[in-house]
Amino acid sequence: MITSTRQQLAGLFRTFLEYESVVDQSTSLAAYECDGLSAYRQTPLMVVLPKTIEEVQKIVIICADRNIPIVSRGAGTSLSGGALPHAEGIVLSLSKMNRILNIDDNAQSITVEPGIRNLAVSEAVKHLGLYYAPDPSSQIACSIGGNVAENAGGVHCLKYGLTLHNVLSVTIVTASGELLVLDQQSLQSQGYDLLALVIGSEGMLGIVVEVILKLLPIPQCARVILAVFDDVEKAGNSVASIISGGIIPAGIEMMDNPAIRAAESFVNAGYPIDSAAILICELDGTEAEVESQISKVDRILKDSGAIDTRLAKDDAERHLFWSGRKAAFPAVGRLSPDYYCIDGTIPRKALGAVLTEINRLSEEYELRIANVFHAGDGNLHPLILYDANDEGAFAKTEALGSRILQLCIHHGGTITGEHGVGVEKLGEMCVQFSDIERHQFHAIRSAFDPTNIMNPGKAIPTLARCAEFNAMHVHNGELPHPELDRF
Amino acid sequence: MAIQIQEVSIPQVNLEEDLQSQIEAVSANGTPVKITGGNTKSFYGHVVNALEINVSGHSGIIDYDPAELVITLRAGCKLKDVELLLAEKGQMLGFEPPCFGEEATIGGIVASGLTGPRRAFSGAIRDFILGVKLLNGRGEIVNFGGRVIKNVAGFDVSRLMVGALGTLGILLEVSIRVIPKFEAETTLSFEHADAQTHIDWINQKRRFPYPISASVWYQGRTKIRLSGSQQGLYSACEDLGGDNKIDNDDTWSKLKEQTHPFFGPVKSLARVSVPSVEVNFLPAEPQLIEWGGAQRWIETPQENLGQLRQQVESHRGTVCAYQGYDGHAEIFHRPTDGILALHRNLKSSFDPAGIFNPGRMYAGL
Ligand SMILES: Cc1cc2nc3c(=O)[nH]c(=O)nc-3n(C[C@H](O)[C@H](O)[C@H](O)COP(=O)(O)OP(=O)(O)OC[C@H]3O[C@@H](n4cnc5c(N)ncnc54)[C@H](O)[C@@H]3O)c2cc1C
Repeated sequence: MITSTRQQLAGLFRTFLEYESVVDQSTSLAAYECDGLSAYRQTPLMVVLPKTIEEVQKIVIICADRNIPIVSRGAGTSLSGGALPHAEGIVLSLSKMNRILNIDDNAQSITVEPGIRNLAVSEAVKHLGLYYAPDPSSQIACSIGGNVAENAGGVHCLKYGLTLHNVLSVTIVTASGELLVLDQQSLQSQGYDLLALVIGSEGMLGIVVEVILKLLPIPQCARVILAVFDDVEKAGNSVASIISGGIIPAGIEMMDNPAIRAAESFVNAGYPIDSAAILICELDGTEAEVESQISKVDRILKDSGAIDTRLAKDDAERHLFWSGRKAAFPAVGRLSPDYYCIDGTIPRKALGAVLTEINRLSEEYELRIANVFHAGDGNLHPLILYDANDEGAFAKTEALGSRILQLCIHHGGTITGEHGVGVEKLGEMCVQFSDIERHQFHAIRSAFDPTNIMNPGKAIPTLARCAEFNAMHVHNGELPHPELDRF
Repeated sequence: MAIQIQEVSIPQVNLEEDLQSQIEAVSANGTPVKITGGNTKSFYGHVVNALEINVSGHSGIIDYDPAELVITLRAGCKLKDVELLLAEKGQMLGFEPPCFGEEATIGGIVASGLTGPRRAFSGAIRDFILGVKLLNGRGEIVNFGGRVIKNVAGFDVSRLMVGALGTLGILLEVSIRVIPKFEAETTLSFEHADAQTHIDWINQKRRFPYPISASVWYQGRTKIRLSGSQQGLYSACEDLGGDNKIDNDDTWSKLKEQTHPFFGPVKSLARVSVPSVEVNFLPAEPQLIEWGGAQRWIETPQENLGQLRQQVESHRGTVCAYQGYDGHAEIFHRPTDGILALHRNLKSSFDPAGIFNPGRMYAGL
C-alpha cells in the first residue's frame, strides 16, 4: 500500500520537480528520520525539496487532495521533535529555498527564502554594518523558516527580542495551497495579528516560504563582565538587581558548577572550576553608554555577593569568556555518551528554589544534571546526562525531564521557552493547559487547516493523549499539582 | 516579594464570576454585546448597537514584582493608575499607550492595540504582552501565554488579542512586560523643509545606534526625542547637532494624546501606515509624520478615501479612516479575501455565536 502510494506520488511530484528533488529511496530517506531530538525516529513516505513558491503550492495541493500529511523541515535542528516525519506523510524540506531575495539597506531589512541559515543572514549584511539580532546557539545550522516556526531566541534576546520581535513579514502557503502575506512593515497591524500567531506555530498553520527580517546596526562597542559566585541563588538575585537597576544587558547567562567544569575542560576559557556559579554579562551600545553601565554593573555584582568580577580587556578575551558558554552543550556531551536538553522558563525569583529541587530530583533519579541558564529571561536549560545504551535510561531521563518541566509550571513558568512542544512535550501540555484551552488551540489550527494535514500530531495533544498522560501521572486520584494557577 | 501599593491605590475588585454569568446568559440565546472599558476609544471602530457589558469595575493588581519586570493586572485597571504605580518603582510601559481620557483601562489599551510615539523605536503592545486570561464566547475562562518573557507553549493567543477590538473575547487579566524608566530624555529639533528630506534623514540616522525614542515631522520641522543614560544622550546630542535642544518638551505627550494642534477636532484625518522609508507616497495634503516615517496622518476628505486606499496599498501600506468621517466610511483597511476568511474562522473559534462586538472591526465579523 505504502509502496504504491509512494510510487504514484513520486511520479506526480516529478512532473514538476527535478528527479533528485523527490527522495523516495529508503537509504536516502534515513537522513530525514529525525531532527535534533534523535530519540524519536520515523521514516517518512518521501521527502520533497522544492525550489520555488509555486512548487510548494503545487505540492500542497496534491497532498491536500489526498489528505497526505506534510511536515515542513528547515535544517532539522529542532530539539523537540517538531520536524519528526509522519509515517504516511511527506517531509517538505525548505533547504533548497535558501536565497537572499533583497537587501534593503535604507529600510534595514532583508528578504529571504526560509531555508537560509540564520548566521548567513548576518554574514550577508555585515559589510553594511548591520546584523540580524536573534542568535540561537544553533545559528550556524538552523534555518530562518525553522526560527519563525519555533519563535527562536538566543543569548541576545533579552535586549533585542525573540524572532517575533525581529520579523517584519512572513509569507505562508496554507493547507489549501493559498499564498498569504502577513506583513507588518508599516508597523501598524490592522485586523488580527496573524503574523504573531504564525510565529512559533511549529509548522502547523502553514509553510513559511518567504520572510522579511529587521536588521540592526552593529553596536559600536560591546564589553563582557564575568562574575564568580559561591552560591547559585546569589548569582540569580544579582541578575534581578542589574535589571531592576535599569540596565538591560545585551546578554546575561549563567552556568552552574557542573556546566562550568564541563566547559572549562573543553575550551579553557579560564572559568573558576570551584565556583558554584558564574554569570557572563554583556553590555553593548555606544562607547559612552557602555562605559557608564560597566561600572554600575560591576558595583551591583559585588554588592550582590560576587566573589570576583573580571572585565574582558579586549575582544579576544570577550570571545574567550563566551566560548565556554557557547560550547556548553558539546562540552557536557563529552562528559557522558548522551545528554538531554530541557527548556523550561521560570520567573527569575524562583531560580534558587527550582535549582535546589532540580538537584534533589537529580539524586532521586540518579542522573547527573548540568545547568545552563539564559538568566536574564528566566529560561533554564538543565542538561541531563545519560547513556542511551543502558536499558530504560532514556525513559528514565524523559521522566526526570517531565518532572523538571512540571516544576517550572508549578513556579509560575512554562514548559518551553524556545525549543517548542513538538512531540516531546505533548504530555506536559496537558498539565499546563486545560481541556478547553487545548480545544481552543485545535480550533485555531482548524481555522487555518480544516483537514489537519500540516504537521499533524505535534504541539497540541489530543484529549485521548492527555487522558493517557494524566492516568500515568495521577497519584491517589489527584492530578499533579492541583494547586497550580495555570496562568 | 509582596505587592506594595503605596500612594497609588488601585481598587481590588474581582467581577470574574459576575462577568462570566452575564456571558453565559447572552451566549445561550446569541444576544450580541458591546464590551466597554473606560469608553475612551469608542471612536476607534464602527458603532456597535448591542447590550453593553462594562469591564472597568474588574480591577486590581494580581502580581507585580519590579525585579521580574512583569506586571499582571485585571483588565479594568485604569491606565493612569498603572502608569503611576510603575513610575513609583522606576518603571514604565514600553509602548507609550494613549489614554484619551482619565478612564482608559488596560483592557481597552490591549484591545485597541494603539501605541504612542515610541512605537517605531521600542515596539508595540504585541511586543510586550505575555499572557491573557480571557472569557470566550461560550462563557468559559481560559488562560494563554504566561508571566514569563520566553514562552512558546501553544499558539500565541495573547498577541492575537492585541488590536482584536474585543471581537474574540473579554479580556479579564493581562500580563505585560515592563521596562525601566530612562535615566534622561531630551528633544532635538531640525529644519527639514519637506517630508522627503525628513524621511531620508531620520532613516539615515537610524543606521547608527543613537538612542532615538520618537520622531515627528510637521510644518517643515523634524523633532526627535532621545532617551537613555546621561552620558549616552550627551554624546548623541553632540553628534546629531540640531538647531534647538529642548528638555521636557510636551510635543510627545501631545502627540500621544492627540491634543497636538494638528489633530484639531473638525478635521477628517486618515492614518496612513507604510514602511518607514517609503518616499514614493508623499501627497501634497497637510500631514504630520511619526514613527520614523511609518505613520503619516493626512487630511483627506471622505470622498477621497477609496482612492487613497488604492494608492497606499500599492506601497505595502494600509489606511485607517481615523477621525472626522461619517458612519458610512469603512474605518479599517479591508484585508485580502483569504485573510478575511481566516478572520471569520478565528472569530468563530473563540466566539461561535458571534456575540462580541459584532461589526466593530469589519462588517460581518
Ligand atoms: C546545539 C543546539 C543549540 C540550540 N540552541 C537554540 C537556542 O539557543 N535558541 C533556540 O531558540 N533554539 C535553539 N535550538 C533549537 C533549534 O535550533 C531551533 O528550534 C531552530 O529554530 C530550528 O530551526 P530548523 O531550521 O533546524 O528547523 P527544523 O528543526 O527543521 O524544524 C523545526 C520546526 O519548524 C517547522 N518548520 C521548519 N521550517 C519551516 C517552514 N519553512 N515553514 C513552516 N514550518 C517550518 C518544522 O515543521 C518543525 O516543527 C538549538 C538546537 C541545537 C541542536
